[in-house]
Amino acid sequence: MIETQGLTKKYGDLVAIKNLSFKVEKGKIWGLLGPNAAGKTTTMRILTGYLPATEGKAIVAGYDVFEQPDEVKKVIGYLPETVPLYPDLTVEAYLGFVAEIKRVPASRKKAAVDRAVEITGLQPVRKRLIKNISRGYKQRVGIAQALIHNPQVIILDEPTIGLDPKQIVEIRQLIKSLKGEHTIILSTHILAEVKEVCDGVVIINEGQLRASGYLDELAKSYSQNDGVYLKLNRLDQETLNLFRQISGLKKAEIEGPEIKLEWSWDTDLRPQVLRLCLDKGLVVKEMRPLAADIEDLYLRIVSGGMEQ
Amino acid sequence: MKAVWSITKKELMQYFSSPIAYIVVAIFVLLSGFFFYSLIWWFNSQAIQMAQNPYYSQQVNINQMVFAPLFHNLSIIMLLMLPLLSMRLFSEEKKMGTEELLFTSPVSVTQIILGKYLASLLILLLMLLLSAIPTIFTFVYGNPEPLPYLLGYLGLFLLGAAFLGLGLFWSSLTENQIVSAVLTFGTLLLFWVLSWVGYSARGLWQDVLNYLSFFEHFDGLTRGILDTSDLVYYLSFAFLGLFLTHSTIQSRRWR
Repeated sequence: MIETQGLTKKYGDLVAIKNLSFKVEKGKIWGLLGPNAAGKTTTMRILTGYLPATEGKAIVAGYDVFEQPDEVKKVIGYLPETVPLYPDLTVEAYLGFVAEIKRVPASRKKAAVDRAVEITGLQPVRKRLIKNISRGYKQRVGIAQALIHNPQVIILDEPTIGLDPKQIVEIRQLIKSLKGEHTIILSTHILAEVKEVCDGVVIINEGQLRASGYLDELAKSYSQNDGVYLKLNRLDQETLNLFRQISGLKKAEIEGPEIKLEWSWDTDLRPQVLRLCLDKGLVVKEMRPLAADIEDLYLRIVSGGMEQ
Repeated sequence: MKAVWSITKKELMQYFSSPIAYIVVAIFVLLSGFFFYSLIWWFNSQAIQMAQNPYYSQQVNINQMVFAPLFHNLSIIMLLMLPLLSMRLFSEEKKMGTEELLFTSPVSVTQIILGKYLASLLILLLMLLLSAIPTIFTFVYGNPEPLPYLLGYLGLFLLGAAFLGLGLFWSSLTENQIVSAVLTFGTLLLFWVLSWVGYSARGLWQDVLNYLSFFEHFDGLTRGILDTSDLVYYLSFAFLGLFLTHSTIQSRRWR
């Protein structure tokens, strides 16, 4: 649905992004991850046709962004980092205007506004001036304008920035609810957001691609082993030795208040581990996966320790 | 054309949802009313005096004595007030980040420019129509020549259209509305004073400077003379403003 090939953008001597290539499949939510000034906003602006690339190619919904910008603009909904709002208009008038410039037919304009208002929960403020509504509602209006023409692709630049925790949860729920029908790219540097909302990530740093793929695949390639952390009623060498008898187990060690068990990615020893606990009367207080966390992955990739 | 009209409607909503349009229109109408009243008052007293002399009574002409100076006064008020209308057109979009919405929508830069320009022209038209209301009574109680009157208003509209074209261009260069207004005002003043310099110049320079001055072209229209070169001048000026705006926006995005 979205594909970039060797995308490069230079502002004079400054290289904002360099040779960026990645793909996002239809109906998925993809996170564009990177520290500040990594090139996330530039990449999004190129994909939406706001900025031209210096080199490379970008395809959105089968249209070349540089050859067929009008076609691309018809199928993209975009929420820029600064929510593009006219404070002196009412929410309804603003969405009506956006529907018109997004070429929603006049006969469907009212229905499109109603739908966007309903999806984003803007009913309580639809008749109010934008300057008089809260930050959270303003963000929702921004998302509503990106959805107004029911686009195939939605690009959201830091959609939860500046919101309070409750609003963040609501906006994330909203984004997740759009999955399937829409292909979404969202930029963020909040790792929890990626974990909660995204199917995959493109990690960029200093304008260059560092990693891209589904979250679980990236985590697998990051770590050689799978495994679990176990919190039991006992924590001693004897218990460790019990686990070491499980065939295929590569490593068993005590790490803090937990026992860390590791095995190869191509196997799953969790049933054997639990059976052993039951057989030996060990009480499992907690069991959590060993798989590389997005935080670990991100920090290692961004700090240059790893390239995919 | 639908996209142009959508942009125009949005601009008009913005003009009238903030005090700026009301203030500019109200002050313009108030000042034009004041000038008209003063000129009519002066004209009446002059006409009474001149009527006593058969020679002078032939020269009592309301078009020359009221409307021509009124149109000149209005042109100066427009020079002061129209930069206030044009200053926000692109500057505000840049400042608020809404130009990203416009430029990522399936509307062309030309359509955006035309939509905004058309909205400002409609406000100008409203200003002129409202200012014309008191003057219509001279046709009820007197017999002015309609052609110089109508051409005078056409001249004011064309002059305003040129001012707004230039203002649109300056607003596309900066996100600061005050800077945009000051640059527009400064440029308009420059073109105004060109005719003064033109008076003291000689030969080709005088012709060039007079041709470039806004107000040299305005004189003919207020006297009821429709010269196509004056129309071409104002329309070219407005077109130049729009063309430079288009070039500025495109060059900024492709930089």
